[in-house]
Amino acid sequence: MSAPAVTYREKAKVMDAEAIRRAIARIAHEILERNKGTLGLALVGIRTRGALLAQRLAKEIQAIDQQPIHVGALDITLYRDDLSRIGPHPIVHATDVTFDVDGLSLVLVDDVLFTGRTIRAALNALNDLGRPNLIQLAVLIDRGHRELPIRADYVGKNIPTNSQERIEVRLNELDEKEEVVIEAPSYSERG
Amino acid sequence: MATTVAPPQHTSTLQWTKKDLLGLRELSTEEIQLVLQTAESFREISLRPIKKVPALRGKTVVNLFFEPSTRTRTSFELAAKRLSADIVNISTQASSLSKGETILDTVRNLEALKVDILVIRHAAAGVPHLVARQATSSVINAGDGAHEHPTQALLDLFTIREKKGRIDGLNVSIVGDIMHSRVARSNIWGLTKLGARVTVCGPPTLMPVAIEQCGVRVTYQLADAINDADVLMLLRIQHERQEASLIPSLREYRLRYGIDKERLAHAKPGLLVMHPGPVNRGVELDSSVADGPFSVILDQVTNGLAVRMAVLYLVSGTPKVDEEAA
Repeated sequence: MSAPAVTYREKAKVMDAEAIRRAIARIAHEILERNKGTLGLALVGIRTRGALLAQRLAKEIQAIDQQPIHVGALDITLYRDDLSRIGPHPIVHATDVTFDVDGLSLVLVDDVLFTGRTIRAALNALNDLGRPNLIQLAVLIDRGHRELPIRADYVGKNIPTNSQERIEVRLNELDEKEEVVIEAPSYSERG
Repeated sequence: MATTVAPPQHTSTLQWTKKDLLGLRELSTEEIQLVLQTAESFREISLRPIKKVPALRGKTVVNLFFEPSTRTRTSFELAAKRLSADIVNISTQASSLSKGETILDTVRNLEALKVDILVIRHAAAGVPHLVARQATSSVINAGDGAHEHPTQALLDLFTIREKKGRIDGLNVSIVGDIMHSRVARSNIWGLTKLGARVTVCGPPTLMPVAIEQCGVRVTYQLADAINDADVLMLLRIQHERQEASLIPSLREYRLRYGIDKERLAHAKPGLLVMHPGPVNRGVELDSSVADGPFSVILDQVTNGLAVRMAVLYLVSGTPKVDEEAA
């Protein structure tokens, strides 16, 4: 099966830098409200962009509560459910959770919630690191189309999409741009 | 096939496409760096309370060792187990090879049992290559004669990079029985590809002819090899491969090429002393140095596990011939 050449072009910009900043600030407040402060709280971001968002959330939470908070980064490559079906294997990055997760309230952070399979992989990965008291999920974008019974506790923005479309989250640290856009596929061959 | 997890948007262009890992000679600089980078990510797994990830769940790895080995075999076995693969150990003494079965027949039988990765060590150079051409499963060379020992060289490179922060521009001296050493050969390929300046040193009788054509400097004077070295890599005097009397005696060897504290008195500060093991204490290396501050011998062992996990992960990701057709 050879897939037709497909390119994506921008359909709409759904968030700009200011909208992203406000969403993170709001989620930081919601996390503090729901967990009644930072006691026993830690953030774990999913690489790559979830880890960056977790850093930003931690900064925001510390600014509000004046308390230090643990932040970790999780690489879920080794836990993907399609690993035995894809080749070459994707590049593995390090998991960097230097604190003991036992007994903590963890907020898992990712950029886009889509099928839920990444979150499933992340939950298994966290399970191998210890036994947190509870795990909550924060995402910048929820685009629907879940394939597993997973939902987010904190959502920056709900964006209804067509499953063929792509959501591109671009963050300054990596992309030298700060925006969220929807891209639609365009096929080079007439299908 | 549509993948359900969105791929990372900034994937490196590096990709592992080789079915087998047979030697460092045929690897590009980028491929070597990919293994080292992947190993970096795997190191943390062995520090966890639960030292296991599900990456190779359902894969079967066979350790096929035609030569005795403790370190390498155990390292591969633990690496496979920490990736959740199943592993079977076969050693010559306990197999049908002692009943006269050929290597290729043994391999065909193993493949009939649907194994995925064969880790092979053999006293004859080229055996893993022969098997790799015939087998659909991936083959990893765990040492073939005096030819190559790629995972040992990769873990040595990893350890140097970890301790020194780089490999490019370092002076690395390899001392000992260069002629019989697969570790030396693999390291020469790897080190020169990554930009190190390599010196080999040993008795003339244990120095292969024309070794300088591999891009290394040759010296027979130990002091000359120690002088400007950032890394001193020692080799084991291999009793089992000393068929002719190439050195007068172990005592004589120790006198000329053995490393002790006094010999390192004028070494560069921060020198790394490495040894692939097992160490003949009091022959090529004195205990004062093996257990001293320059020694990174046990770090090499620890890093070997991460490197072998990386190699198993990478080769198991390449599509096999029959799967490609499907």
